[in-house]
Amino acid sequence: MKSFVFPEFHIIRDEAKCGQCRGCERQCAFGTHTYDPVQDRLISDDYKCAGCQRCVVFCPKNAIEVRPTPSPYRANASWSREKMEDLKKQAETGGVILTGCGNDKPFRIYWDHIVLNASQVTNPSIDPLREPMELRTFLGAKPDIMEVKTDKGDVEIRTKLSPNLVVETPILFSAMSYGAISYNAFRSLATAACKSGTYFNTGEGGLPKEMREKFGKCAIVQVASGRFGIDAEYLNCASAVEIKVGQGAKPGIGGHLPGEKVSAEVASTRMIPAGTDAISPAPHHDIYSIEDLSMLISALKEATNYEKPISVKIAAVHNFAAIGSGIVRAGADIIAIDGLRGGTGAAPKAIRDNVGIPIELAISSLDRRLRNEGIRNRCSIIAAGGIRCSADIVKAVALGADAVYIGTSALIAMGCNLCQKCNTGKCNWGICTQDPRLSGRLNVDIASQRLANLVQAWSHEISEMMGGMGINALESLRGNRDHLRGVGLYEWELEVMGIKGAGE
Amino acid sequence: MAMAHNAQPQLLEATGSGESMDAVEVDATNLETRELNDRLRDLMLSGVEKVVLRNVCGQRYIGTRLYTPEHRKMDIEIYGTPGNDLAAFLFGHNIRVHANAQDGVGNTMDHGEVVVEGRAGDVLGFSMRGGKIFVRDGVGYRTALHMKEYEDKKPVVVIGGTSQDFLGEYMAGGIVILLGLGGKPHKGNFLGTGMHGGVIYLRGTVDKTQVGSQVDISPLNDADREIVDHYVSEFIQRFPDLGIGKEEILKGEFIRLSAKSKRPYVKLYA
Repeated sequence: MKSFVFPEFHIIRDEAKCGQCRGCERQCAFGTHTYDPVQDRLISDDYKCAGCQRCVVFCPKNAIEVRPTPSPYRANASWSREKMEDLKKQAETGGVILTGCGNDKPFRIYWDHIVLNASQVTNPSIDPLREPMELRTFLGAKPDIMEVKTDKGDVEIRTKLSPNLVVETPILFSAMSYGAISYNAFRSLATAACKSGTYFNTGEGGLPKEMREKFGKCAIVQVASGRFGIDAEYLNCASAVEIKVGQGAKPGIGGHLPGEKVSAEVASTRMIPAGTDAISPAPHHDIYSIEDLSMLISALKEATNYEKPISVKIAAVHNFAAIGSGIVRAGADIIAIDGLRGGTGAAPKAIRDNVGIPIELAISSLDRRLRNEGIRNRCSIIAAGGIRCSADIVKAVALGADAVYIGTSALIAMGCNLCQKCNTGKCNWGICTQDPRLSGRLNVDIASQRLANLVQAWSHEISEMMGGMGINALESLRGNRDHLRGVGLYEWELEVMGIKGAGE
Repeated sequence: MAMAHNAQPQLLEATGSGESMDAVEVDATNLETRELNDRLRDLMLSGVEKVVLRNVCGQRYIGTRLYTPEHRKMDIEIYGTPGNDLAAFLFGHNIRVHANAQDGVGNTMDHGEVVVEGRAGDVLGFSMRGGKIFVRDGVGYRTALHMKEYEDKKPVVVIGGTSQDFLGEYMAGGIVILLGLGGKPHKGNFLGTGMHGGVIYLRGTVDKTQVGSQVDISPLNDADREIVDHYVSEFIQRFPDLGIGKEEILKGEFIRLSAKSKRPYVKLYA
């Protein structure tokens, strides 16, 4: 059937610069560029281009430019180009539109409507370059009362403490499974996490056996509805276990790793036969209630001899704060909430773009609910989905989070340009693919260095912003909404976040 | 020489299992779940390989906290009724329950064996990847849900009676055998919904309306018969008091439920 869809990108090749080296042809897994020996020139097919900019970056002659094409349609506020072309694709195939990455629709980004405070005259600001700044934080349950005995300067904690994760900076790498991302990308995250004093999250694809000894101490291992790659050894080699109930990019639905991506290595890590579809059901079929969740949390605590904090990850949806309260009461040590803009390796676009609520609104509601119920100390909150810079982190913590997960940001640090073709498995940057020819392009040393650099840079910036507010410890920033003001927000939005308008 | 060398460990094994004196008894009366499992773990770490639990009454996760890096193994006999998630994440231990079991038996179990001399509740063998579960009587809903297999790990669930709805939902691997002993018909619906691997052998019949649309119903071939024969023998060995011979069970008509496709969702996307 002839496709009526127009190309999204236009490739402009400077023939005067092009040396016919065919590098672009090799770089593109989508088959955009082909060499024509008769004309001795490269031909580019706009229709195949994903807009990932790989050929542009790696052209030795800087001869290629890839530009988004302007809409070929008559302007129509209701029928945007995207709506029309998605519809055409479905008319041509009868299928669900799949996509990758996070929600790209213009929902209000609250981070950009919140401003931070700074000290002036009173309560002088602190210079983090000269004075100690505490970004270290502990994730897990804290006791209701801490009994302490002091003896000639020695302090002894009498209360039995729950296991906590120690993070040197409130930035953790979000769950991205080996299978969704390449081995090299997965290993880069693990390497960077260990180097930066933080944690990576295995997602639900298991943790390769050869990585357990070295990287288990920086790993949060996930238990999701598909229960892939899970045995007692996997649970016990890690620092924490996370039950994945929901994901911001696709709340309420399961996952589906197509057989093409289940290579021999992915299969052995997930412990399923190679080439079969790895299907994660929408719910955990042993969890239909908070009581059931409590049972799985307890089972995991038993399986890990009460040595590891148990996290529960949910997507931020309507009324999730009440569910969050249930999760804490079910015994979770950490709640991870993933907002509307959280990323994914593959999700139906209709779900990605329409389900869930922005993380900014969610953090504050959950924190307030738990405080009002007097159970905030029983768990830590990790916020995820749409964290783009250090200021977003400062705002997230001030709204009530203990730390954040970054996923998309980490991918961009490794080279991702958000072309949203993760679901095709043809990632030219070697990140979201199982094709060894492509994944080999991602150098673990370089990618992990880029990730560690990002964490370091953001940590510095967080210290600077905190110092400016006269705060020298992350603890004092947490839930400190007084340091936030809204700009251009409605009354109800300010109320939900518990912040004042600027100037108030 | 070689023979003598081989014979020795077998001899030791035989005397070892014959001596029930080696077993340590634990009275579970008034013990909380965690206390009971503390006790079990301590016993295993001190080198005990056989434990008899008396007066168990609803304590959960029995067998779950018995993972050690050196893969120690333990035989546990349970008198009384164990609570939910018996043998969850089980890592190679053997458990025999001299009573009924509740929900979640063998949840995400890796290897080992569970024998229930009675009936078991819902979600038995959920996401189980290896080992065996034998239940003398019936089971509840969602049995063997998303059971899977991998290389040499092929979980087996043999049920003497029948099951309720959603048996083998999302099943991706392993073997489930439903013997329908006692002449009760298989009334469960939605059998094998979303199934994309593994096999269910059913003694008796089901109507087409009882199985998921992804499921094929077929007669047994010779290879299937061999498998059924093998596990029926194992079942009978574990329940000698049943008083039913293997031949009598195998005489009944069996059908096979399996996935029409290993890739049920291939044509879903644009």
